[in-house]
Amino acid sequence: MGETDVRLDQVTKRFGDVLAVDDLTLQIDQGEFFSLLGPSGCGKTTTLRMIGGFEDPTAGVIHLGGKDVTNLPPYRRNVNTVFQSYALFPHLDVFENVAFGLRRHHVDRQEIKRRVGESLTLVDMPGLERRKPGQLSGGQQQRVALARALVNEPKLLLLDEPLGALDLKLRKQMQLELKRIQKDVGITFLYVTHDQEEAMTMSNRLAVMRHGKIEQIATPEEVYEHPATEFVAGFLGASNLLEGEVKSRHAGVADVVVEGGSTVTVPDASLNGSESRVKIGVRPEKIRLEEDEGEPPSGWNSVRGVLQIATFVGVSHQYTVDGPAGTTLTVYAQNLGSGANVAPGDRVRLLWRPEHTFVVRPSEPLAEWEEEQ
Amino acid sequence: MSIVATRDASLVEGWGGPKQTRKQRRLRRFVLPIYSALVILYLLTPIFIIVLYGFNQTSPKKVAFRWGGFTLRWYRKAFVLSGLTAAFKNSLMIAAISTIIATILGTLVALALFRYRYRGKGATEGILFANIAAPEIVLGASLLSLFVLFGVPRGIRTIIIAHVMFNIAYVAVTVRARMAGFDRAIEEAAQDLGANPLQTFIRVTLPLIFPGILAGALLAFALSIDDFIITNFVSGAVETFPIWVYGAV
Repeated sequence: MGETDVRLDQVTKRFGDVLAVDDLTLQIDQGEFFSLLGPSGCGKTTTLRMIGGFEDPTAGVIHLGGKDVTNLPPYRRNVNTVFQSYALFPHLDVFENVAFGLRRHHVDRQEIKRRVGESLTLVDMPGLERRKPGQLSGGQQQRVALARALVNEPKLLLLDEPLGALDLKLRKQMQLELKRIQKDVGITFLYVTHDQEEAMTMSNRLAVMRHGKIEQIATPEEVYEHPATEFVAGFLGASNLLEGEVKSRHAGVADVVVEGGSTVTVPDASLNGSESRVKIGVRPEKIRLEEDEGEPPSGWNSVRGVLQIATFVGVSHQYTVDGPAGTTLTVYAQNLGSGANVAPGDRVRLLWRPEHTFVVRPSEPLAEWEEEQ
Repeated sequence: MSIVATRDASLVEGWGGPKQTRKQRRLRRFVLPIYSALVILYLLTPIFIIVLYGFNQTSPKKVAFRWGGFTLRWYRKAFVLSGLTAAFKNSLMIAAISTIIATILGTLVALALFRYRYRGKGATEGILFANIAAPEIVLGASLLSLFVLFGVPRGIRTIIIAHVMFNIAYVAVTVRARMAGFDRAIEEAAQDLGANPLQTFIRVTLPLIFPGILAGALLAFALSIDDFIITNFVSGAVETFPIWVYGAV
């Protein structure tokens, strides 16, 4: 990686009274598969459209490959886009659709023929050059849209929810294809999606956005294991959150007293600043559930609760536990054939390793309009 | 669909079912074409009669709507009446010029209405509709008083202005109908692939809306050739084809 390909400096976009993108700063490296992930209305598509040149930033600067492109129109940027609606030209056949960009750049005819052929092979669509877009299935149109963008060998490919219109099975398949193609061509991909699983599967790094701001930029593992905010913790996978107060800090760890009086140990690094009221979290699959008998083992964090519901889902058992101070906690236990011997109504304790604990900045709960997509 | 299906099912259950279904199907196969033929006949009959009279052997002294035998005489003498020929030429020229101007302006109006939100958009739409809905006698009278007020001499120019005026609305409405469902992302895609705004218009937008533009132009041409009432108000001494025909009958 290394070389920076895309740089956004304090970019802001307003539509009238609406602040769509709020003082956003972001760097994407050459060859990276980078995702912008967030609920609808979080500003991810607006960010992508500003990089593509379809919207002018209200403030801030956009650099592509070290060049300031903030005021350049789309046709002067070495960037191509795969649109959510594919936006294929309905009056042109597949060949001419793919050749469109090359023709605008006066590439000679032999070269056009060769490169269109190559890029259609790359997306696994040879032999349909004379079809019109209307005669193709959704998945095929998707591939043509991709070939049409890639044939120009852009420095950066923008993808705006490109798999949103495909059914689940095809989407899974195209996710892997996209990843393979990105590896083959080595072009930087900037991928916009509201599907957290998609972003996790495909990205080298991802930025989780909300209300026009970036909540966290990191690798998928980092975002999942150490979400920075309550919103990120909830948007990517399930998580259990408990409010608590920092009691003491020593030797890289901190002791936090959580609701209900238990003391849990968290890595000091995840605490930022000198706050004393914090929210700590742990992923459901990191928790071990057992009967609450005797002393909890040392070296483990532990909270008590009452088992409410036990569900068997084949690969795992899922438990819903009434935790301290009215919280509801979730536990996923892999089905290893030796599940905890507990029944609803039993007193249980939840154990997890201190290093699996994360501390998040509190966020407002997800509004209803953000969830629809 | 469901009604047909139920009926078929009940017939299959009863005696002689399949035969009746086939009968029904045959009926359906005949009724629609016959109905279509009748509609076409009804629409074409007046035109056919006019064409037929072009070959009718009658006395040139009086107009007789009676069949007097086949002749090509009228076609040999098509351009004998100088007034008619001049009027016909006027009509063709006025139609051609006003169609070109109205098609360009009307298409631009349609594009603006489709693309932008602006102050006066609602008013523009209202005016287009009013232009189509208003009685021709009102348009003609108001145009005439306008020309008189500004001392514009009536002639070919005022006729062209009048025809452009009422044709813009028809072209705009037709082109706009074609643009319904037009995905703006297609234009963005063209720009994304390196086409400047002009290339985008010529290579992408224009080919996609061209059927609408062509339909609008044909409509405008026909309306211009055909128009009598408005033209009669603003024509001054110039005779167009409909005006000549009206005067000749």
